Amino acid sequence: MSDWVEACAAEDIDEEDVMRFDHGGRTFAIYRSPDDEYFATDGLCTHEKVHLADGLVMDDIIECPKHNGRFNYKTGDARGAPVCVNLKTYPVKVDAGKVLIQIG
Amino acid sequence: MVIIGAGECGGRAALALRDLGYEGPVTLVGDEPHLPYERPPLSKDAMTGEAPVIKAIASDELFAERSIRHIHSVRAVAIDRAAHTAQLSDGSSLSYDKLLVATGSVPRQLPMPGLGPRCVYLRTFNDALAIRAHLSAGNRVAVIGGGFIGLELAAAARKLGATVTVIEAQPRILMRGVPAEIAEIIHKAHEAEGVSIRTGQGLAAIADGGKEVAITLADGQTIVADLAVIGIGAVPVTALATESGLAIDNGIAVDEHLRTADPDIFAAGDCCSFPLAVYGGRRVRLEAWRNAQEQGALAAKNMLGADEAHAAVPWFWSDQYGLTLQIAGLSDEGKSIVRRDLDDSAFILFHLAEDGRLVAASGIGSGNAVARDIRLAEMLIAKRASPAPEALGSQAVKLKSLLAA
Repeated sequence: MSDWVEACAAEDIDEEDVMRFDHGGRTFAIYRSPDDEYFATDGLCTHEKVHLADGLVMDDIIECPKHNGRFNYKTGDARGAPVCVNLKTYPVKVDAGKVLIQIG
Repeated sequence: MVIIGAGECGGRAALALRDLGYEGPVTLVGDEPHLPYERPPLSKDAMTGEAPVIKAIASDELFAERSIRHIHSVRAVAIDRAAHTAQLSDGSSLSYDKLLVATGSVPRQLPMPGLGPRCVYLRTFNDALAIRAHLSAGNRVAVIGGGFIGLELAAAARKLGATVTVIEAQPRILMRGVPAEIAEIIHKAHEAEGVSIRTGQGLAAIADGGKEVAITLADGQTIVADLAVIGIGAVPVTALATESGLAIDNGIAVDEHLRTADPDIFAAGDCCSFPLAVYGGRRVRLEAWRNAQEQGALAAKNMLGADEAHAAVPWFWSDQYGLTLQIAGLSDEGKSIVRRDLDDSAFILFHLAEDGRLVAASGIGSGNAVARDIRLAEMLIAKRASPAPEALGSQAVKLKSLLAA
């Protein structure tokens, strides 16, 4: 099992918002839900490799900034055209004000 | 269910019929040899990428798995409305219960003598391949028309090292639907990249010698190019509908359910004009990728009896060099403009109607800098909101907070 990686401070992300996190040549998106929970997915849309962190978070949906492909960021499920491939998700925990993600 | 036209709209409609649980036969008829594919990359990545790749909206396997019959390289030539059949150019015919016409649009032809093999248009993947072959370093490319297709192609041609001249008859580029302030930024970006832009220049003559084209402008100057790409707009493909006795009004006229006067025939995408609810039912025709998707999906629903009205706000984007422009709504509905700066180079113009209602938002910036706020603006437009101009103009006020108000 890989190690937990510190992504950012919990307060760096507003509620119902998203932030980009790059690590080890890969890019991720870290989310804070309206219920104040944290989630992480791959950072690029499965449609055209656009950074999702530039997109809009509404409830549990992240919408790609380019072509409005939608995913549930909690589960990674693709939610309609033009995206058809699900997004990979990663375990997240908050420890002493830091957001940690487990990169598989 | 028969769908005429296998572009983005027709393809999405076919997939949507299955998503909605329809189990009867679905036939998709298209005049191109390809599966439905995405056209936006044709003026961008398909030109500059390593190899031109067709970006199908779904794989062969998926269409097969969903039992969608795709008849390619064939046109529909007639509809017999009484018999509920469509005749195809290969002599065969198809029976339908419900028919969707999604024939799209084709480039407007330049009505001038002297055109030849070096004067081309861009609509299909095969058109893109033909243009790409001429965009190498050292080649001279003339783009006739300073609209999105022409400017995106100009950017691609520069990236590949060609010498590029854009000729526009109007006093500025992007006259239709783009505010002057944003058009100017795009104009300057092109000039900074070495594109020569000639605005306010009508064409006096074109002479295509087969290997090069001489374009004489109204002011008497002549531009010689290896390739002239003509991008002066698009016209809806309506011949089939006209001959079938369906009403045409800048496209195949449909109601808010995308239904023609014939209850069993629908039209969607670039080929149709429809009443836009968010602007009091103003009849419009949109040539945009997302509209083609949304209307394809909505037509599928209504073919299955849903009776759902079109309620979306128009939206489109363009990429040129590192810049992305996004526009939500119809800016010509606005009477005044409020500017919101997002960072040093990205900003959004909010277009307000006389009564203060937000009717459109136009943004430009590098990468996807404006995307999130344009999306929020789109939702505000859909809600028919009238946000305070001071709030729209202030970076300190989050647009999301206006949505909740």
